[in-house]
Amino acid sequence: MTIKLFFTIILTAIFVENYVLQQFLGICPFLGVSKKLDSAFGMSCAVIFVMLLATAVTYPIQHYILNALGLEYMQTIVFILVIAALVQLVEIVLKKYVPALHASLGVYLPLITTNCAVLGVCIDNVDSYMGTASFGHTFPQALTYSLGAGLGFMMAMVLFSGVRARIEDNDAPPSFKGMPITLIAAAILSVSFFGFAGVIDNIFK
Amino acid sequence: MKGERLKTLTKGIILENPVLVLVLGTCPTLATSTQASNAFGMGAAATAVLICSNVFISLLRKAISDKVRIPCYIVLIATFVTIVQMILNAFAYPIYEALGLYLPLIVVNCIILGRAEAFANKHSVFDSFLDAVGMGLGFTLTLFVMASIREIFGNGTWMGLPIPVLADNHISILTMAPGGFFVFGCLIACVNKWFKNKPKKKDFGCEGCPSAELCQAAGRKECEAK
Repeated sequence: MTIKLFFTIILTAIFVENYVLQQFLGICPFLGVSKKLDSAFGMSCAVIFVMLLATAVTYPIQHYILNALGLEYMQTIVFILVIAALVQLVEIVLKKYVPALHASLGVYLPLITTNCAVLGVCIDNVDSYMGTASFGHTFPQALTYSLGAGLGFMMAMVLFSGVRARIEDNDAPPSFKGMPITLIAAAILSVSFFGFAGVIDNIFK
Repeated sequence: MKGERLKTLTKGIILENPVLVLVLGTCPTLATSTQASNAFGMGAAATAVLICSNVFISLLRKAISDKVRIPCYIVLIATFVTIVQMILNAFAYPIYEALGLYLPLIVVNCIILGRAEAFANKHSVFDSFLDAVGMGLGFTLTLFVMASIREIFGNGTWMGLPIPVLADNHISILTMAPGGFFVFGCLIACVNKWFKNKPKKKDFGCEGCPSAELCQAAGRKECEAK
């Protein structure tokens, strides 16, 4: 894989096909945990970590076990179980060997099992529903795409936590208070990502 | 007793609407509501999974030990999702194509696991069935209304049929990602306005988090919303 391809995949995943703002994956943590910058950052770090790990595990499972044995239809069950087990394992290992990291990331880990962005990126990498089709499907490319998707998630979370801090005390109409005004702010943030379409394709020409 | 059952059935449609009031299952709501027909397919698929999972979890509620319940539920739900995937692939291929990645992602739809945790593991089979039907109807209806708004104004069509004036004057941003957030926000505001007597400011700390029911850290002190 060339350096150029690496950056193309990363930048596409972060800006053009942002998992949260363009493809609606991982909206629950995006709305739930983005209230403070610290927690948004912690959650995103945990998501990036689990995404990379989950892709590293599910990609070989799909190619060397499920495809080889003709069990493609088991994909959904196997993937979700692998992710759930992986998250538990990571939590146990972190608790035992890296307590400091566990203290900061630990609370977000159980939430990640039901985060659709993680399952989404795993399935996306083997079945190419969204962006991966144009990059091909080798293992390094799958890992790069996961990293990009995770970084895109982090960027959306961090940007949005800044927006949240500002709209928190605003004088919104009563029925718009809370969730509705937050969603409308997310809509405006999402518009800004339109500007990146086409930029990445031309940047490396 | 009868009145209570009716309430179990109807509460999901407005008062405890899973999408607009409980704010669960936001990802498929936003992603598949670009066309009314897709939204209907998504709603029907999720409802089928929800009914099956609620009934079976309720049947097995005494057999499943408390400590391993979440993995058990996930396996059950994933099984039904796989069945629905296969059925749609065989008999409704256009919908299977249109829903794409969001079909396997029904597994992690918070509504289904949320109902299993909050209702099916405490109530009888019939009550759980009614709850699932009500919640599924609420989900499908919301999706359908939202998709209709986005399709009519964003694309000038409804269920694929062109609408005279709007077809030439459509606001195409509504069918794209920002439109999803915008219409969803406005719909929640409408429900707040018309169906809640006092619009309460929803807290988005840990308790307000859509996954709070599943999050083991939710009650703990280290949770960010102290």
